[in-house]
Amino acid sequence: MKLDDLYRRVIMDHYKNQRNRGSFEDGAMTVELNNPTCGDRISLQLLVEDNKVKDAKFSGDGCSISMASASMMTEAVKGRTYEEALELADRFSALMKGEDVEFEEYEEIEALSGVNKFPARIKCATLAWNALRKGIVTEDN
Amino acid sequence: MNQAIREQFPILHQEVNGHPLVYLDNAATSQKPQVVLDALNHYYEYDNSNVHRGVHTLGTRATDAYEGAREKIARFINAGRSEEIVFTRGTTTALNLVASSYGRPRLQPGDEIVVTPMEHHSNLIPWQQLAKATGATLKYIPLQPDGNIDLADVEKVINSNTKIVSVVYVSNVLGVVNPVKQIAEIAHRHGAIMVVDGAQSTPHMKVDVQDLDCDFYALSSHKMCGPTGFGALYGKRQLLAQMEPIEFGGEMINDVGLYESDWKDAPWRFEGGTPIISGAVGLGAAIDFLTEIGMDEIEKHEAHLANYAMERMSQIEGLKIYGPAKRKVGIVTFNLDGVHPHDLATVLDTFGVAIRAGHHCCQPLMRWLEASSTARASFYLYNNEQDVDRLIDALVQTKEYFGDET
Repeated sequence: MKLDDLYRRVIMDHYKNQRNRGSFEDGAMTVELNNPTCGDRISLQLLVEDNKVKDAKFSGDGCSISMASASMMTEAVKGRTYEEALELADRFSALMKGEDVEFEEYEEIEALSGVNKFPARIKCATLAWNALRKGIVTEDN
Repeated sequence: MNQAIREQFPILHQEVNGHPLVYLDNAATSQKPQVVLDALNHYYEYDNSNVHRGVHTLGTRATDAYEGAREKIARFINAGRSEEIVFTRGTTTALNLVASSYGRPRLQPGDEIVVTPMEHHSNLIPWQQLAKATGATLKYIPLQPDGNIDLADVEKVINSNTKIVSVVYVSNVLGVVNPVKQIAEIAHRHGAIMVVDGAQSTPHMKVDVQDLDCDFYALSSHKMCGPTGFGALYGKRQLLAQMEPIEFGGEMINDVGLYESDWKDAPWRFEGGTPIISGAVGLGAAIDFLTEIGMDEIEKHEAHLANYAMERMSQIEGLKIYGPAKRKVGIVTFNLDGVHPHDLATVLDTFGVAIRAGHHCCQPLMRWLEASSTARASFYLYNNEQDVDRLIDALVQTKEYFGDET
């Protein structure tokens, strides 16, 4: 188990300089999700229009993996239709299972592939994606 | 404490991620010495049988082992008699039993339950639920800035409306030893009963429930070298005798009719169903093991390790330690600037050092500390100064690793 497998430079960059951190003044839907076993929290905001995620921001508190993952997810999901966003989330789940998947839309996500070697940390990486899924499903209904 | 004690814990003699294991998560659960593993094996190889009903030889052996453990626990915490020991699944079940069986029929609106903000969820949620169900009010003894309890505050919070006071003896986060004897005296003066959460005290120090004069005392087997899934509730005889069972079924009955039944005396009325016999056997062996070493010795050893760790940790820049400056028990909770505790625990694990990260089942206390989560190193009798040194080395390397990435 090599630490660099987990903490690649790109992950640390997203942790230290989190993209899309903050909140919208109004018009956004908010999803709150927490991980009761470790206390990580995320508040994800989505600006949606015509079955599309126009923009996304997040706030919250958590480890480098959960916050970097949220930073990447919000970057990747902007401008995607609900269907595309959910497919992206499915692909991220596959990545966490160790499957060989690609993210042409936002290649930096692939840096998180090492998380699957640290089973205790997978739930950190998936928190933001679960919030996305929950938000879209709620909005779609 | 010497190497010979460490030798008796087989699990410690392994490599984790290419390094000899340093196990510093003892407040979560302790490791088991060979004598406990052997006792469990022996029970299943030779004595396994149901208790209190078999006429055959194995039934007698199993019953003797089971009831023998009750006597060992009673002696270990200096209960007046073994009938004051109720076997449970652990501290959580023990505290829930008090809340449900003692509290539920007795509390009413206007009554007050008093706890502290440093309670583990297991000594908090049962009282929240009891308050909700009965209309009683839950009140908190405030904490001093260093996490200690000031008895003057206890005097202010407890009054004639107080019916139950429940306080943790040793905090699993702050590493403080609370003045539960003095709190019990204040509670009794106002006619309230005193419940003590002994999950973190029983494994690490000499406990005397008669000296504390508490009414109930809860403990867990797995934190004191015994198996998981087992624990006990001490309750004063006259209180247990007034309490109704909360689980009904086999083993706990006296006479069963088609429409009415009645129960055995305490403690057996609270032990419905086939009990955790192997748990009792294992905890009995663990108590023999700890008694032989001596609880005073164990307490002294762990306090030394904690203070040694704190002294070395205080030399690491950006490392913040929570709780008082000096420790009587082996729990040190901390945070390292710029490194989230989960990351810290993962990095330490790659060096073979096992610590806990998170909220430690103490979310209200985390809010009080203004930390969303913390890291915790907790020691037991088999740890030594080399373990502390390995922890410090790993912390320094973690700091460098995360520092480099900026």
